[in-house]
Amino acid sequence: MSNPYAKLPGWAEYGLIPLVNLVVAFLVAGLVVLLVGESPLEAAYHLINGAFGRGEYIGFTLYYATTFIFTGLAVAVASHAGLFNIGGEGQAYVGGIGVALVCLWLDRIMPWYVVFPLAILGSAAFGALWAFLPGWLQAKRGSHIVITTIMFNFIASSLMVYLLTRVLKPLGSMAPQTRTFEAGGQLPKLDWLLGIFGLDIGNAPFNISFLLALLAAFGCWLLIWRTRLGYEMRVMGHSPSAARYAGIKDARITVIAMMISGGLCGMMALNPIMGEQFRMQLDFVQGAGFVGIAVALMGRSHPAGIIPAAILFGMLYQGGAEIAFEMPTISRDMIVIIQGLVILFAGALENMFRPAIGRIFASVASSRSASSAAKGA
Amino acid sequence: MDVFHMLVTVLESTIRVSVPLIFAALGGLFTERAGVFDIGLEGKMLGAAFAAGAVAAVTGNVWAGLLAAILISVLLSLVHGYASITQRGSQIVSGVAINFIVFGSTVILGEAWFRQGGRTPALAGDARFSTITFPFAEEIRPVPVIGPIYADLISGHFFLTYLAFAMVPITWWILYRTRFGLRLRAVGENPGAVDTAGISVVWMRYRAVICCGILAGLGGAYLSLAMTAGFVKGMTAGKGYIALAALIFAKWKPLNVMLACLLFGFLDALAIRLQGNPLPLIGQIPVQLMQALPYILTVILLAGFIGKAVPPKAGGVPYVKER
Amino acid sequence: MSDIAIELRGIDKSFGPVHANKNINLVVKKGTIHGIIGENGAGKSTLMSILYGFYQADRGDILVDGKVLTIKDPNAAIASGIGMVHQHFMLVENFTVLENVMLGAEDSPVLNASISKARIELKRLEKEYALEVNPDAIIEELPVGLQQRVEILKALYRKADILILDEPTGVLTPPEADHLFRILEQLKNEGKTIILITHKLREIMAVTDEVSVMRRGEMVATRATDKTSVEELAELMVGRRVLLRVEKGEARPGDVKLSVRNLTVRDGRGVTMVDDVSFDIRAGEIVGIAGVAGNGQSELLEAIAGIRRATGGTVELNGSTVDVTGLADPAELRTRGLAHVPEDRHHVGLVLKFEESENAILGYHRDPAYKKGALLDIAAMRADAEEKIARYDIRPPNPRLKTANFSGGNQQKIVLAREMERNPDVLIIGQPTRGVDVGAIEFIHKRIIEMRDQGKAVLLVSVELDEIRALSDRILVMFAGRVVGERTSDADEGDLGLLMAGVENRMEAAQ
Repeated sequence: MSNPYAKLPGWAEYGLIPLVNLVVAFLVAGLVVLLVGESPLEAAYHLINGAFGRGEYIGFTLYYATTFIFTGLAVAVASHAGLFNIGGEGQAYVGGIGVALVCLWLDRIMPWYVVFPLAILGSAAFGALWAFLPGWLQAKRGSHIVITTIMFNFIASSLMVYLLTRVLKPLGSMAPQTRTFEAGGQLPKLDWLLGIFGLDIGNAPFNISFLLALLAAFGCWLLIWRTRLGYEMRVMGHSPSAARYAGIKDARITVIAMMISGGLCGMMALNPIMGEQFRMQLDFVQGAGFVGIAVALMGRSHPAGIIPAAILFGMLYQGGAEIAFEMPTISRDMIVIIQGLVILFAGALENMFRPAIGRIFASVASSRSASSAAKGA
Repeated sequence: MDVFHMLVTVLESTIRVSVPLIFAALGGLFTERAGVFDIGLEGKMLGAAFAAGAVAAVTGNVWAGLLAAILISVLLSLVHGYASITQRGSQIVSGVAINFIVFGSTVILGEAWFRQGGRTPALAGDARFSTITFPFAEEIRPVPVIGPIYADLISGHFFLTYLAFAMVPITWWILYRTRFGLRLRAVGENPGAVDTAGISVVWMRYRAVICCGILAGLGGAYLSLAMTAGFVKGMTAGKGYIALAALIFAKWKPLNVMLACLLFGFLDALAIRLQGNPLPLIGQIPVQLMQALPYILTVILLAGFIGKAVPPKAGGVPYVKER
Repeated sequence: MSDIAIELRGIDKSFGPVHANKNINLVVKKGTIHGIIGENGAGKSTLMSILYGFYQADRGDILVDGKVLTIKDPNAAIASGIGMVHQHFMLVENFTVLENVMLGAEDSPVLNASISKARIELKRLEKEYALEVNPDAIIEELPVGLQQRVEILKALYRKADILILDEPTGVLTPPEADHLFRILEQLKNEGKTIILITHKLREIMAVTDEVSVMRRGEMVATRATDKTSVEELAELMVGRRVLLRVEKGEARPGDVKLSVRNLTVRDGRGVTMVDDVSFDIRAGEIVGIAGVAGNGQSELLEAIAGIRRATGGTVELNGSTVDVTGLADPAELRTRGLAHVPEDRHHVGLVLKFEESENAILGYHRDPAYKKGALLDIAAMRADAEEKIARYDIRPPNPRLKTANFSGGNQQKIVLAREMERNPDVLIIGQPTRGVDVGAIEFIHKRIIEMRDQGKAVLLVSVELDEIRALSDRILVMFAGRVVGERTSDADEGDLGLLMAGVENRMEAAQ
């Protein structure tokens, strides 16, 4: 009808449109594969086989997904309050300090189940701290959160290089990393979980922080849709003028939402540091903060969408490695392209196909009502 | 004399590293003054650097490389324009997307076409820019003070270096002395005024975005055709973001952009120079602090602690005709 | 050459279901000032936007200088010699006067030549029409009156012979407005044709030669200004309405519940929107504020509700002070017995993307009744919403439906139910029935009377004079930010109309 943006059924809004956007992103990625002279179908086969073909592969896929659930939730929480947190990369990086400090302090004297809760607090606190400043600067000084968080990514990167090369590096070591943690700093694997399905996890670092990620997803759902704070965040995100009317203090919400977002990013650091490498290395975040943007956009900022979107990206990361192994011309950077395309089509161009889909729905609806009217007559 | 010599060396490398920043930041100036924010400068430069390196390597012609760089960068600008002007999508999301797409594509295509681990073949001869030596540079060099300044600072750079510095007054002139510039600035401040004056807001913004593409393309070409002999994976290494910071730091004004880029370039050059060399009195300054300084300064500026950076009023907002 | 500058024949325009212009005919003679008057929403601005090429008419012809023209965009309007001074200035604020005047009318790609030409031309225009303004001044540093002058210069620079001014005095102080009228006279004497759109009768009487009256999308009359009177125009504007009847008994006013003293509000640009307003509202009475939109009523409501900072004055709620000049907290005011139905339910009163039950607690979401442990008690919220849905007959009766999917009337009922069911002492209501269907209007009016009868103090703001008259026990009339008169509910409509139009009393009107 006159307004194609108006009403689409829920399943089209939350299912069909993201799916169409995703499919287009993959089609374009397929073009790139063609361009380098390989078969997109073969690549797709290796991607899926590499991600799910074996227990170990699934373990890796879920290991990556764990990371992306955290960063995806972080972007989503901020976006519900109308804030674009593009600084997840830096917040996750700094969150690593919290994990590392707790592990270095306790790993030799405490079991993992004592260290882990403290490390969670440490990671969240450091991540939140790194998000607090941009949030506070926007709330009180009016600086644009997007620009500040970008700047904080770079500042975090310099800070971490400094810390890892000068402060946290053990004496006599050349590598810019902490010492390797002992038992207390190593998270148990979730081999039993995949074992239930008869799968062998092999060397995959799929660990208990996955459960924490699921818990965080549930926590975010509660926060956003079931608490007064979440309610206030959503009012502000949808309509700042309604928030003022309702007596919601935007400065307070901005700072809190950013800190929660930063805390979630920080918790991402648990997975690689305590779950895989057992030490903090340079660049352990590896772009996960940015993947979070794609995951949140794909998942429509809802935990129930973010988990599958994170698994999708986990699949890309793990399966992408497999493609790189089987098809040497296609390196793992293919994932970065797909990630960018997903952000483009699910984000900036999210409305590109909406008018067309809206028209299809409108014409189906009108022909249906016409036919029912004909039946009635 | 030793200090002087060191200073000349640092200033010389300041110029060298500032050039891509100046190109990119001036490009950003064009779009952002027209009301389209662009955090995709990084991606545009990277794409351009790759296109330049690849085409120059294949054709052996540096100019073909330069042209390819500009074409790719303009193409990426048009994608950004389509998403943010025509589709009225989020300008930030679009910029982020472009950065990723380009980063991945340059590696994949580079590896597929040249099989050198994401590099393009090393360029030599006509396939890359050579430095231009001014007359009498060698003769004057022994003259104290003036000699090294003339020979090392003024002479001996690439064509693109001189172009970058020439672009500063040219950009100023375009922005403040031409009809195009007047309309461009107006469309970033109050598109309604432009629309009621009978000028197409959309077309104005597209033209601004194309200008940005050309300049970012030159910046990218400089990286792979002049500064380095060929493309290296991820060679922009955040320069697009530094350029963005410089643009904000310069409060969206052309001359300030040059100064901000030179300042950030100087910090970079100094950081390299000071690595492992403790300063008298102060002692060792962490390189990382020097590297982070441009970002820290920009944050402080944005927070309004040193002056106030007021972005173009209509920036970041897609234009919708009222009612 | 004809002596008719503009002729409109059968102009018709609809926006979806809204029929904004119905078969409009209009003749504007050359070298005259032609006023177009009508209430808000009468269709004046739409008509002028069609003339300036912003919209295309669905039907009808536009004749400029005797020739039928299609005006497909502002460019075409400019080319046919039509210039427009918009209500919200279309100026680039950080540009100079000269740059703004030139924008879009530069005659060479390089500005140097254009600038010197423009400077000379501007000088000439300034002299010819006594429109002094420094060409190198930055717009945002100029007072509003001068900014408007730049808008006029812009049109003249583009060789406009016909100048449309849309509510030009809305932002001006009275001396500035007088100055503007002198400029308009001057322009007329130079042979320009001027169309002045306004809802202020005083202005019409002061400067126009002819006046056309619009009402509800129709052109109802055209008169020579010296052959008509303020009374006649006021009546033409309002029409003979079917008087809205609401059953209501005698008011029994009790104690003062809301007391406003010397309240002053300035907007971001320092323009005074509410000027030294004082009044009391007692328990059990409805005080209506009548006035044409934009005379400070909205700002008054917002200041009392704590969502806009006042620049001066005091407000007492239930006998205790409200910090209106500081950081009054709307949430706190709610707990102190103030309920607020805002004028703009789409952006302020509701979050359209929320479920009905979520909007039913907006502003009251910190109430312990909706809390269960650390969480919101969704069951309680929904039960509460369902109860209100039943009491207010909100349809469809689904608390989980997105608010955007309710009709205007039902959306308004959601807001009313939320604010009224809280048993407030003071209820302030802005535009209770704007965009609401007829059936719901009656219901809403009944509820407002009920609130009064329950002993609430009600402050009602509406641009619908009928509504004000039907509901209020006392009527305050606002004009230009001030309360210019107080009347009882049986006040004469013409009398109120004059007050609303800024005519202080009949004596003045007769002059």
